[in-house]
Amino acid sequence: MKLYQLTISQVREGLKKKEFSIKELVSSCLEQIKKLNPKLNAFITICEKEVLKKAEEADKKIRNSQSVIRNLPLLGIPIAAKDLFCTKGIKTTAGSKVLENYIPVYDATVIRKLKEAGAIIIGKTNCDAWAHGSSGENSDFGPTKNPFDETRVPGGSSSGSAVAVATGMCLAATGTDTGGSIRQPAAFCGVVGLKPTYGRVSRFGVVAMASSLDCMGHFTKDVRDCALILRVTAGKDEKDATSSPAPAADYLKILENPAKNFKIGLPRQYFIKGLDKKIEERVLKIVRLLGKRGLKIKEVSLPHTKYALATYYIIQPAEVSSNLARYDGIRYGLSRVKFGAEAKRRMMLGTYTLSAGYYEAYYLKAMKVRTLIRKDFENVFREVDLLITPVTPTLPFKLGEKVDNPLQMYLSDILTIPPSLAGIPGLSLPLGKIDNLPVGAQILGPQFSEEKIFQLARMIEREINEK
Amino acid sequence: MKKIQNPKHKIQNKSKIQNSKLSEAEVKHIAKLAKLKLTKEEVKRFCSQLSEVLEYMEVLNEVETEGVEPTAQVTGLENVFREDEVYPSLKPKQAISGASAREGNFFKTGVVLEK
Repeated sequence: MKLYQLTISQVREGLKKKEFSIKELVSSCLEQIKKLNPKLNAFITICEKEVLKKAEEADKKIRNSQSVIRNLPLLGIPIAAKDLFCTKGIKTTAGSKVLENYIPVYDATVIRKLKEAGAIIIGKTNCDAWAHGSSGENSDFGPTKNPFDETRVPGGSSSGSAVAVATGMCLAATGTDTGGSIRQPAAFCGVVGLKPTYGRVSRFGVVAMASSLDCMGHFTKDVRDCALILRVTAGKDEKDATSSPAPAADYLKILENPAKNFKIGLPRQYFIKGLDKKIEERVLKIVRLLGKRGLKIKEVSLPHTKYALATYYIIQPAEVSSNLARYDGIRYGLSRVKFGAEAKRRMMLGTYTLSAGYYEAYYLKAMKVRTLIRKDFENVFREVDLLITPVTPTLPFKLGEKVDNPLQMYLSDILTIPPSLAGIPGLSLPLGKIDNLPVGAQILGPQFSEEKIFQLARMIEREINEK
Repeated sequence: MKKIQNPKHKIQNKSKIQNSKLSEAEVKHIAKLAKLKLTKEEVKRFCSQLSEVLEYMEVLNEVETEGVEPTAQVTGLENVFREDEVYPSLKPKQAISGASAREGNFFKTGVVLEK
């Protein structure tokens, strides 16, 4: 086994036993980047020099005292950051030419916390510009390719982060999820992707898309690593007033406890016409298996699901138009002329629905329907602990297939958008492959139920790996 | 001072989504509000693409929302305050480090108000 193939937990074991150095680990990832990035285009910026320097420093720390491994949960772990996260001294483009020369003078809170836990930022990953997109094709720096089939999309908007983790270019990567931008690419690339509860992780220092929806999450190779990173990033931040004061749990503590007493709901509106039959069958197979293990399975209903996409495409562009208004090319970045087609489309849409005479019909109406969607979930979670659904209606689609049809592209997020509107957490868990392409399941829970989600995800992961 | 021109279409307070077809004049007006410059082709393309998306939104007319409270903050946080304390902040030099035009420790911009 090569070092880049290890999980974070395995690296930590290896470091404790002095089986390899951190410099060897990051070199292994850098080699993967050199080998695969020219084809896949997962990174916009690679921090090779700094990474090697930081790795040497970390190795030195370990030589001085082994206990530093225990104290720093991510010591020496090469992590990639979606290019939406501000990184002090490292170019941060948001995938847009508007910010192609922007070098932040501060770190996003998530980046600061990862660094304080010992992580090394190995580079900045490609993404749809301003996180607008479901395929990675809206990046102003060229599309990212799916590592399992280079003629297909890796999903988006966190396209590069998903690909980087799937190919061992890094051990974990940050992402942002507004309507599915972590969960969908995670499913398309066969990695674990978490969108935490809204406000669980600070948004400070991350280029804002739609502020009432944006969630900061991450990609990892397995569920344990996912829990490990959330333990580092979660928590109240004075610099983000919407971050939750609810204390974060020790997500690793009960991870291995069997989820036997859980009641699982299958929302019938998520097994829709247009859903790939093979994906449906794969998800149901796992659910049947859970039934055999003693979990109670119940069909449930989320009646307002069919209104979620329209609601989302009023609220999100409205907030986008407001957030992107700040880019004036005066304080940093370049002029508004540099905005790409999708950003313009969304600003136009948002400006229209918020304009005088239309606000009530569109934005206010959408905020009210959002309440009904939220209540759907609240009602269902009185009956069941968690929900299992597919992540995407289709397998990874072909590059270019949907670029000229925005509405078709928007529809690819139809199963991830309703949970975003409700602010609830969702985890995308790999379920192997269909026709050589990765497929995932989405596990959903009530707000701040990440602990339970990890527990169920870990149980399913164990079942799959044992076969 | 130049008078801000009214859009070609009449503003009316509609509480229902209706007639979502956008005209080219409307698209141009929205672009102006959003401070975007569009090419002729873009105006045409956005006309049909935005109309299609807006038409899709008409589905919300089916939903009865009488008496439903709007959701603006989804986890229910309200009035988040903090102590009014002075924290270390960016130095002026850092704050202007990304500016395309500057003079001393100031951002340099075009004239907004003329004498």
